[in-house]
Amino acid sequence: MAYLKKSPWLIHYDASSCNGCDIEVLACLTPLYDVERFGIINTGNPKHADVFVITGSINDLNRAVVKNIYEQMPHPKVVVAVGICACSGGVFAECYNVAGGVDQVIPVDVYVPGCAARPESIIDGIVKALGILEEKRANMTQKEATHA
Amino acid sequence: MISILTAVLYLLLAPIAGGLIAGIDRKLTARMQGRVGPPLLQPFYDVAKLFEKEDVTVTPSQNFYILSYLVFMAVTGALFFAGGDLLLVIFAFTLAHIFIVLGAYAAYSPYSYVGAERELITLMAYEPMIILTAVGLYLVTGSFYVNEIAVSTVPVALYLPGVLIGFLTVLTIKLRKSPFDISTSHHAHQELVKGLTTEFSGATLAKIEIAHWYETVVLLGIVYLFFGFNPLLALVAIAITYFLEVFIDNTFSRMKWQWTMKEGWGVAVTFGFINLAILYYFYMGV
Repeated sequence: MAYLKKSPWLIHYDASSCNGCDIEVLACLTPLYDVERFGIINTGNPKHADVFVITGSINDLNRAVVKNIYEQMPHPKVVVAVGICACSGGVFAECYNVAGGVDQVIPVDVYVPGCAARPESIIDGIVKALGILEEKRANMTQKEATHA
Repeated sequence: MISILTAVLYLLLAPIAGGLIAGIDRKLTARMQGRVGPPLLQPFYDVAKLFEKEDVTVTPSQNFYILSYLVFMAVTGALFFAGGDLLLVIFAFTLAHIFIVLGAYAAYSPYSYVGAERELITLMAYEPMIILTAVGLYLVTGSFYVNEIAVSTVPVALYLPGVLIGFLTVLTIKLRKSPFDISTSHHAHQELVKGLTTEFSGATLAKIEIAHWYETVVLLGIVYLFFGFNPLLALVAIAITYFLEVFIDNTFSRMKWQWTMKEGWGVAVTFGFINLAILYYFYMGV
């Protein structure tokens, strides 16, 4: 049975840059877009989260933070990079302290480009991530079965 | 008479009823905020999903405490619906909460500690009023046994309006609704993360959720006792009570713990105690 798709809880983290994408993520939770229709809850706690939504580019200061949040999330989990900064570093890619996109630190499953990414495309990205989440769960149970 | 049948029925049906109530709660909340809201069965999806997740345990003893929380919450309800002693019900209820506090203390996390401390404070805040409720029900019906109170033909609510108001106030604390959701809240993101459930994930968190469903049914069952003389009226009263709880949840922001204490003990003294004093001198004297 696959209930993961019906109840994805997300945690969002704004790595750096302008905060524009971060407020678009929050816009998804407002009555206009209302992602709670899909069972999505914004948890703020990595141990409860299934989807890690991350905005902004990775720099030397937040590299450890992002890694820490990712590692605290129980499997299965997916990472959605929202905005061009999170995808590749964007205009900040050449800065001396910027490592680039989120995939420099943790594996990213879905890229949502845009500056800022619109709520519609963020929702699209998360819905796409749910398919990957389901796949990961299937792999996880398969692995458990082979180990046992 | 103690009925085993109703106790078993409670153990089987309460999670279903509690989950549905939680679903109605979320739908109602969404409608009050001008949203569509999640499907009615969303709480069941959430719990089913949590059982699918990886088991991440920091301290093994925390799982034992949470299992005890669930078991004692089920025992509380079983005692209640079997028609047992109301004082024993309250005792088992408190014990269940002590277990979740112990579970939160077992996990080494500052957020978890803060949540556990706040849970203890809420425990202190509502306990006097819960005891006064039992005393009030005894004074009017002459019994501490739930089955005798429930079938009592005395219009309990008319004799205990103050106690009823007091109980409804602490019910808000018990159901962890705003403004009293200080120990755990879905909405307390950056400030206390998720209170005493911070360190729990997967199946353990699901058990807390199921225990909460059991709890909701017992608490609404106590509301029934006030209107036991007319079952239909009692069901209407329960529906109105829960609607008001959701309404208050949506219209208030979270308050400080000091306010919870003042509110909990305040209603116990002003409404509960004065109601009982008046009852004692004017009604019991006859």
